Amino acid sequence: MKWEIKEGLKYARTHEWAGFEGDLVTVGITDYAQDMLKDVVYVELPEIGQEAQVGESLAVLESVKAVSDLYAPVDGEVVEVNEALLDRPELVNEDPYGEAWVVRIRIDAGYENPELLGEDDYAALVKEEADR
Amino acid sequence: MAELKKTPLYEKHRALGGDLVEYGGWLMPVQYEGIVSEVHRTRRKVALFDTSHMGEFLVEGPAAADFLQGYLTNDTAKLYDGRIIYSPVCYPHGGTVDDILIYRYGPERYLLVVNAANAAKDWAWFSEGVKGGVSLNDLSDETALLALQGPNSEAVLSGLTQTPLEQLRYYHFLPEVELAGIRCMVSRTGYTGEKGFEIFCDPDKAGRLWDELMEAGRNFDLTPAGLGARDVLRLEASLPLYGHELSEEISPLEAGLFPFVSFKKGPFTGREALVEQKKEGLRRRLGGLVLLDRGVIREGYRIFDGEQEIGVVSSGTFSPTLNKSIGMAFLLPESAKPGEEVQVIIRNKPHRAQIVKTPFYRRESQ
Repeated sequence: MKWEIKEGLKYARTHEWAGFEGDLVTVGITDYAQDMLKDVVYVELPEIGQEAQVGESLAVLESVKAVSDLYAPVDGEVVEVNEALLDRPELVNEDPYGEAWVVRIRIDAGYENPELLGEDDYAALVKEEADR
Repeated sequence: MAELKKTPLYEKHRALGGDLVEYGGWLMPVQYEGIVSEVHRTRRKVALFDTSHMGEFLVEGPAAADFLQGYLTNDTAKLYDGRIIYSPVCYPHGGTVDDILIYRYGPERYLLVVNAANAAKDWAWFSEGVKGGVSLNDLSDETALLALQGPNSEAVLSGLTQTPLEQLRYYHFLPEVELAGIRCMVSRTGYTGEKGFEIFCDPDKAGRLWDELMEAGRNFDLTPAGLGARDVLRLEASLPLYGHELSEEISPLEAGLFPFVSFKKGPFTGREALVEQKKEGLRRRLGGLVLLDRGVIREGYRIFDGEQEIGVVSSGTFSPTLNKSIGMAFLLPESAKPGEEVQVIIRNKPHRAQIVKTPFYRRESQ
């Protein structure tokens, strides 16, 4: 596969990744998503303290031609945003799983979103979409 | 839906990994490597575009010049052999049918280059006016069109021909040039605000010409570029795009195309309506916007001056050349003053923008 799918992360069908660490979840968009979007030129971040709800838009990523939402993959509260993306939106294309994390969300103890995919299922989804 | 048309270069675009999208009934590459890098390469080096989707009509006959004079808002008296002019075409009510280029081969022979999305409508519109002494032929299917744009374009093209190109001036053309042994027509035109050429050839030869240009461009950092870059480049240069800055509802005057509307040349379709607009004062005027806050201006966004709504964005983008977001907008005439700060509403939030003089980008030397 042309696109990296990182181990140890969970994936939303809308192409966000979620990295779980205790009650903190780091969220960004996948390598496949950044390649579809290409040339990210602007990222609009949420406010700290904002409520995150699964499936609701949390951030907006804009390429030259397209406006694309980042949907929350978990319920919780936004506790951190990656302000580096304001000055360097191109990080989304360069390092989608690393420097270009977008938000950190605090979840309630024991929270799970059963809709999120493991890497194999996400790989299958990407393959299906790419072949379409 | 009718099947999308493909240009003779469709297989080239696929082989190069271009993202293909629908545009004006055609399946066209929107980008290859990415819009940002394709824009930079056009401004700094050279880029090759497939614009074969454009329509071409040949107008011939002893009454050809009069026929065109009656349709165009611009004055065909400015034309001579080998000279090209740009002109809007209007409806009687002053709205715009299309904006086109007119190439003069001779006093009785002209080529019209029309927008792909308008080609069928234009054909019907021009056909209506055909009378004795004029013949109209649709050459669109027999014509491939490539655009080679950027500061290195002349060097690339000169490598493929004996014909000296440095004397070919802006908005002039050479009806017969051999490029790598292929008979072409070459004009110094483009839709990027950059130095460049447009090259017409037989569709059967277009694939080979494309390959020859790509090969000749190797030493000059040539890249193929898609419609995405083309749209950004034309917006940076503040060139109107039909469907955005011009339409059936928008007159060339509202779009600021005063130099291309000649009132003194005599009658033409739409003249009375345009005279009236000028006399009454325009309801709206096209202006340039630069976003001061972070974000990207997009078509349809509303513009406010405090509480008062003063206009709407007709085209917007992020400009890689200027590294900020730019847009064109129809504004109340009294509001269209360069230097004024206004607010663009992006996702329900006002963002600061400034009205500026256009073009946003102008190349340094002619």
